[in-house]
Amino acid sequence: MAHDSAHLDLPPVTFDTSPERYHHWKLAVDGAVATLTMQVDRDAPLRPGYDLKMNSYDLGVDIELADAVRRLRFEHPQVRCIVVTGGVPKMFCAGANIKMLAGSAHGFKVNFCKFTNETRCEIEDATTHSSQRYIAALNGTAAGGGYELAEACAEIYLIDDGFSAVSLPEVPLLGVLPGTGGLTRLVDKRKVRRDVADLFCTKAEGFRLRDALKMRLVDGGWPKSKWDQGIAERSQKIVADAGGNQGEQGIALTPVARTQVRDGEIETLTWPNVTLRILHDKRWCELTLRGPSEAAPASAAGLQAQGATAWSLQAFRELDAALLDLRFNYPKIGLILLRTVGTAEGVLGHDAAIAQLRADGSWLAREIQLFQSRVLRRLDNMSRSMFALIEPGSCFAGTLLEIAWSADRAYMLDDPDAANSIALGQVHAGTHAAHNGMTRLQIRLYGDPDGLAKILAMHGAVDAPTAEQLGLVTRAPDDIDWEDEVRLAIEERVSFSPDALTGMEQNLRFAGPENCDTKLFGRLTAWQNWIFQRPNAVGERGALPMYGHPQAPVFDWNRT
Amino acid sequence: MASIDYQSKIPNNVNLSDDRRLQRALEHWQPRYLQWWQEMGPDGIQEKDVYLRTAVSADKDGWAHFDYVKMPDYRWGIFLSERDPERKVNFGDHIGQPAWQEVPGEFRNTLRRIIVTQGDTEPASVEQQRQLWKTAPSLYDMRNVCQVNVEEGRHLWAMVYLLHSYFGAEGRDEAEELLARRSGDADKPRILDAFNQPCDDWLSFYCFTMFADRDGKFQLHSLSESGFDPLSRTCKFMLTEEAHHMFVGDTGLERVLRRSAQLTLLDPSGDARAQGGIDLATVQKFINFWFSYCLDLFGSEISSNAADFFAAGLKGRFMEEKNYTEHTALGQEKLVTLFKDGKFVDESVALRNAMNEVLRDDYIDDCANAVRRWSKAVKDEGLDFEVTLPSRRFHRHQGVYNGSFFDLQGNPISEAEFNARKADWLPSDADKAYLRSIMHGVYEQGKVANWIAPPRRGINGQEFQYEYVKL
Ligand SMILES: [Fe+2]
Ligand SMILES: [Fe+2]
Repeated sequence: MAHDSAHLDLPPVTFDTSPERYHHWKLAVDGAVATLTMQVDRDAPLRPGYDLKMNSYDLGVDIELADAVRRLRFEHPQVRCIVVTGGVPKMFCAGANIKMLAGSAHGFKVNFCKFTNETRCEIEDATTHSSQRYIAALNGTAAGGGYELAEACAEIYLIDDGFSAVSLPEVPLLGVLPGTGGLTRLVDKRKVRRDVADLFCTKAEGFRLRDALKMRLVDGGWPKSKWDQGIAERSQKIVADAGGNQGEQGIALTPVARTQVRDGEIETLTWPNVTLRILHDKRWCELTLRGPSEAAPASAAGLQAQGATAWSLQAFRELDAALLDLRFNYPKIGLILLRTVGTAEGVLGHDAAIAQLRADGSWLAREIQLFQSRVLRRLDNMSRSMFALIEPGSCFAGTLLEIAWSADRAYMLDDPDAANSIALGQVHAGTHAAHNGMTRLQIRLYGDPDGLAKILAMHGAVDAPTAEQLGLVTRAPDDIDWEDEVRLAIEERVSFSPDALTGMEQNLRFAGPENCDTKLFGRLTAWQNWIFQRPNAVGERGALPMYGHPQAPVFDWNRT
Repeated sequence: MASIDYQSKIPNNVNLSDDRRLQRALEHWQPRYLQWWQEMGPDGIQEKDVYLRTAVSADKDGWAHFDYVKMPDYRWGIFLSERDPERKVNFGDHIGQPAWQEVPGEFRNTLRRIIVTQGDTEPASVEQQRQLWKTAPSLYDMRNVCQVNVEEGRHLWAMVYLLHSYFGAEGRDEAEELLARRSGDADKPRILDAFNQPCDDWLSFYCFTMFADRDGKFQLHSLSESGFDPLSRTCKFMLTEEAHHMFVGDTGLERVLRRSAQLTLLDPSGDARAQGGIDLATVQKFINFWFSYCLDLFGSEISSNAADFFAAGLKGRFMEEKNYTEHTALGQEKLVTLFKDGKFVDESVALRNAMNEVLRDDYIDDCANAVRRWSKAVKDEGLDFEVTLPSRRFHRHQGVYNGSFFDLQGNPISEAEFNARKADWLPSDADKAYLRSIMHGVYEQGKVANWIAPPRRGINGQEFQYEYVKL
């Protein structure tokens, strides 16, 4: 069976959940300390065909984790330490469910891994920017994805019971990689020496506390009798070091609802600020963001009162939902045309208000900007071609202009009869870093530092010819050429090999130096996705289908 | 450190005096082992002379030597059964290759885990039983628990020998860990659950040697089929000693049951407890408890580990060579009854993945034979009582029935029903307290406690009256 939502009998994947509906996690908040307990319901897989045994996870489990991580930031901003632990005896987490992986279509596997990777990056982002420090309290064995989840935490503690171990058994047992950051975080984040990491990644059963400590795979541990106390003391220390519980009041992340209408080949998904118009037969879609029409919040209290309905938050939550919808439920749609509707002043006004409130100490303003950054990074990670179409009436300004720069190309109509401009704001200087830590403008003008400096000194509207000349858009056709040029670009794009396009786009989107995140998305997952296609992993006698089966895998010994 | 006179201190047939690698490892390990034995071996009887059997060769006739010995002076030896130079891997994917004399690299971790798991049970049972001698119903029984314990100690040696000889530094580490874990310890428990259960009365001891040592028998048998020849030969020899442990359990339970029948008949209202004995219902409860716990030791009904072990030629079936003609176990299936959403579902499982269940089947048959004999012994006393084994689904903590509730016949019931009937089916605290109240050590030659019948014969041709322990 292939787990692919494009498969007609299966309901679409939905990311809408909340703690009272979780099947697999328990979120308990006690002042400044939260505990996230993984207790996977083996009988509640996202798709039929496998049991989630031994606290293994599938997309459904990770959707809940992502929801919890996000809610902790918005609903429980006073939390300073999150203890991630297991609720099943002896097994913290056995990693991604192998039967699920073996039975999944390639595209689903890739998107599953990408989503789980993004969630782990969100965990690190919370630690770095929101002083919500995650600690992994491994009260049982953490194998594969279980250890990778621990690696995403800032600190790892392992119970010393003579049994529990940390391990990355993917290579020796499954013929694939620990592809959810496992390899990268070992050497890049935890700085485990590369040969030590090599030993670790090839020993299926892993290492227990004593050796794991020596190898820097964990940061500490206690025997069972001292475990609860050890974790409690450590989390209290983290809270104290972060300045204690400051009593911030959270906001409720109300559900992001959409309507869905299908009319022949055209399907329209509508959120209040986002419209996704899908042309099934043409294999492209239009994603339109509505700029703000309401006034920007004037005070922290005002922003707090708006809560989840603040445009800067709500519009980006909707954009996030649309992107995930596209990834999991519309795999055939190869090209996204990005549009905006509204006024540049509106967007810049909201951007400025949020930036000012953040500078004045509003946690919510900070979280909103950080969230926008993460959604923009999710956009960068889309394995779809993206063209921004900048036309009169649009509002590619400030944060929304970042969307145009995330796209593979930006087309801007140069119409003498209708004013059309983009607008530069404050956010381009560093508010929204891409995965490689650079701004989209820096990436874009990697070979033109003078041009970059000049643009950073500019503010406000830029017309089409200037934008093209400064390198802010790809092409600025006039009204006579516009229609044809855009149509040809679209038709050409959707005719190319989707694999080649994905590879090309991912290589071109991230100019500049690498860091842990880009290696994770660019190097680790690229190798993983290659291995996932190879007979040694997925062939009839490959390691994945043979896992748990009576026969050993048969490998093609040729190195490529 | 003074060097050890190996040949005299450690009887062996593995050329220990010429094996420097093994000597180095043992020099370090042996003092720790002795320290462990002092700390965790039988408590308070170490300085007494016990009439013990010591393995002195692997020779089929005359491998054992009987004499009085103080347990710390016991000569824990290293014996492998004789090597067959023509031996082949006899099952799995490598069938027909010469049996491995060294560990194949790709199976190193798996094999080490198998050996450590088996090895861990040996010291665990010593720890579980360390107080038992004090309440022994006779000197004969006291001697038997000591005998079982020193041999479990030797089995630990046997496994440590493999770890030291074939697994390098990792093997030495694991050997240390085997001495560091403690049965029932919250922080460092033994690996398998049944070996963390208290075993502090003699009814439990007989059940343990009957059911847990019998699990050992089946595990050792399946490992004696191993393509890794040293493991195979080690396990074969361990089985010769293990037979006595099961004998102690099997006959011990039979003696308890016979005595219980006698006292039931003796008592005007048929109450064995009124006569200071154990009622048959209580014995049955202990059987239910230990049998079900020991079924867990075989692992999950559907197991990829089991399939891997078989495919690799590391762990075969019970009597793989003798009882089976087809040894790849491919293209065959076994029906396993699952319990899903409140219903039984027969699932066809690839035979290799069902190997734990195959071994469990053989074990259950073996236990059923003993139970038939016990029932006959009870009937021979003139009492109409059938001893039974509970269903394999009853009271399980591992595998597909874990988490669901079944009665003794294996019918599904609710958790509430189970809890309501628990005291009828499993030993209660009151039952255990009662056993403690009647089990006092009987230290006089030729005497036996009231709650158990004397054995039909003594040890090594000696009388029951023999002074098996010089207290
Ligand atoms: Fe043994
Ligand atoms: Fe034994």
